[in-house]
Amino acid sequence: MSTIVKKVSQLMAGLIFMYGIYIILHGHLTPGGGFAGGAILAGAFILLILAFGSSALKLKKEVSGSSNTESLAILVVVVLALMALLLGSKIFFFNYLPKGEAGALLSAGVIPLYNIFIGIEVAGAILTIFLALVIFKEESSK
Amino acid sequence: MIVYILCFILFLVGLYGVITRRNLIKIAISLSIMEFSIFLILVLIGYIENGLAPIVDASGSAQIYVDPLPQAMVLTAIVIGLATTAMLMAIAIRLYRKYKTFDIREIKNLRG
Amino acid sequence: MEALIPLFVAIPLIAAFLIVVFGKLFKGFHRFLAPLTLLILLCMAVFEFTGLGENSIPYAMGGWIGKEGLPLGIYLVLDGFSVLMLCIINLIGLIALFYSLSYIAKYTAENNYYALFCLIIAGMNGVVLSGDLFNLFVFLEVSVISSYALVAFGVGKTELEASFKYQVLGGLASMLILLAIGLIYWQTKTLNIADIRKVFEGGYSASFYLFVQVLLIAGFGLKAAIIPFHAWLPDAHSSAPSPISAMLSGVLIKAVGIYVLIRLFFNMFVFSQEIALVLTTLGAISMVVGSLLAIVQWDLKRLLAYSSISQVGYVVMAMGMGILLLLRGNNEAAAILAIGGALYHMINHAVFKGLLFLNAGSLEHRLDTRNLREMGGLSKAMPITSTTSFMASMSISGLPPFNGFFSKLIIIIAAINGRFYLLATLAVIVSIITLAYFLKFQRYAFYNKAAETATQKIKEVPFPMSFSMIFLAALCLALSLLAIPSVSETILSPAIDALIQPEIYSTTILGL
Repeated sequence: MSTIVKKVSQLMAGLIFMYGIYIILHGHLTPGGGFAGGAILAGAFILLILAFGSSALKLKKEVSGSSNTESLAILVVVVLALMALLLGSKIFFFNYLPKGEAGALLSAGVIPLYNIFIGIEVAGAILTIFLALVIFKEESSK
Repeated sequence: MIVYILCFILFLVGLYGVITRRNLIKIAISLSIMEFSIFLILVLIGYIENGLAPIVDASGSAQIYVDPLPQAMVLTAIVIGLATTAMLMAIAIRLYRKYKTFDIREIKNLRG
Repeated sequence: MEALIPLFVAIPLIAAFLIVVFGKLFKGFHRFLAPLTLLILLCMAVFEFTGLGENSIPYAMGGWIGKEGLPLGIYLVLDGFSVLMLCIINLIGLIALFYSLSYIAKYTAENNYYALFCLIIAGMNGVVLSGDLFNLFVFLEVSVISSYALVAFGVGKTELEASFKYQVLGGLASMLILLAIGLIYWQTKTLNIADIRKVFEGGYSASFYLFVQVLLIAGFGLKAAIIPFHAWLPDAHSSAPSPISAMLSGVLIKAVGIYVLIRLFFNMFVFSQEIALVLTTLGAISMVVGSLLAIVQWDLKRLLAYSSISQVGYVVMAMGMGILLLLRGNNEAAAILAIGGALYHMINHAVFKGLLFLNAGSLEHRLDTRNLREMGGLSKAMPITSTTSFMASMSISGLPPFNGFFSKLIIIIAAINGRFYLLATLAVIVSIITLAYFLKFQRYAFYNKAAETATQKIKEVPFPMSFSMIFLAALCLALSLLAIPSVSETILSPAIDALIQPEIYSTTILGL
């Protein structure tokens, strides 16, 4: 890719990352939430890989990092849901943290925590899929 | 009524693609088109006349909102569609490496 | 008791991702964690089964209890039919997992196999337990996508082609199911199965009702591989690794195909005459065509896959007969016999078809071939495999004292009692054809006088594989005790009652 594409994508990747985090954190106030924010987060990384080309970057080390991030994030989500069985009333998925007043950022109990970890998980999953396909193409074209 | 007919036409376009195309990638894309048409039908089912988007902010409530349940269903179904498309693409790439072609008329090892 | 219900889904999910994360650090971690998880699930399933009795337990996720008879929130429902399916799924899953401890050692990437296996079990447990339509769809997709990956596990040419064909047809089926769910929501404005029944009892428009039921039969019929939706099954089940073929053919087409058809057509839709006729006809055609296509096969696993289509046809036909008899109204005893026979045949088929696929896997493990013409004279070299496959073939053909005889006999008696003489004759003829092609399998694989010197070097399979086969063969004999009326009262009657009287299902959920 040409120099303009590389420079612009280097500048924009940081902004896209911030935008993704904003959508995840305000998931209980505005539309979006875990899935959409996670996809935008993955988009920031994928933009960089597409702009710089896969042969210039050392991508084989990245796959284990994104795969482990994804699995750990899912484990945290299920553990959070199971913790409701231990604290307070014994029902799966119960909302056990204190809920603030409506419309504030720190409110709605355990839902923002779910949003954050699901966002990390979706970003890791989409990045792992993309990296697996790209590394496969690199190996088969050698 | 006409919007449902248009969504159904999109479904038929996708179905035509799955049946007649020979390239593996085009079959996967046509399957995605069929899926998206079903998502459109689901979201359109929840429309109520003069309804606003179902977001409650700190100002008033007690207005007419459109039905948010189909929108939640479609969010989940989009993620499932992503997983399905990713699986199809992974298998298609591996098939290319084994058979050196994307044409389904060449990939016919299993018969009977 | 009640708190164990969401753990059926949560425990295999945690185990799958623990295997992915820690499998790279410790060497034998996955071989230890996966069988332990399935053993815990089986103990929980048996515990729920013994403690349940006649009632059904709904579980509201997140504590969202309904008000004034409107169910808000997602419900998981455990009643007699669900707990029976849970026991079958976890038992066959544990046996297949134990078998694959030594079978999968020859593939690379063992971690991913065990993680995907736990995900399939989690998805199937979720389908069996869920109480509303969309949750059922989500868990169905979880288990089916994992099965796409497992069919293509050994990445050879035939496995990849079979997996692609399976995925395109499975994706089409999922879309039809989602369309049907959307249309049901449009008419009834609710997604809970018990609530939908209450709306349908109040009246419905006939053409819409027929359209939605036909869409659901097409969608779930594709998952259950009834004729004419069977095109993916011979390729997918013959190319998969053998423990996965046992899981797919023994449990998956039942848990996500037949279980959902039975649950929706008995507990959600009000009975209608045309759909019952359609179900009975499709079942009868699958029975006959499946067995006729199986006779001409020389590939061992393709023969077993076509015979799966035929046996699934028995179950669907018996269910259709049950609905027709209930609609006639005057012969409830025959309807209970028909439905009981269908459930019994479903349990039996899971056991003996699993055993047959594990036998085919042992033959492939030692001989590296699936073609019947290349085998021969193995009855002395592999005694455990040949004895267990003889017992399985005798039970699937319906010979006493094995379990297949009793379940087919119950279905035929119910057909004669309800005056469906054509169906009873077809069932007997198909049973004889089944005996024919299984005798072909036995003769060509084990009793042929092939080159004796070539087969002298073949030894028996390792211990985990032979233990699984012996366990399932013993279960074949033990399940024939289920035909004694007092035993079937305790085991099958809660399931039959939950299906015939859908008021139990509705009132316990809507009464909250």
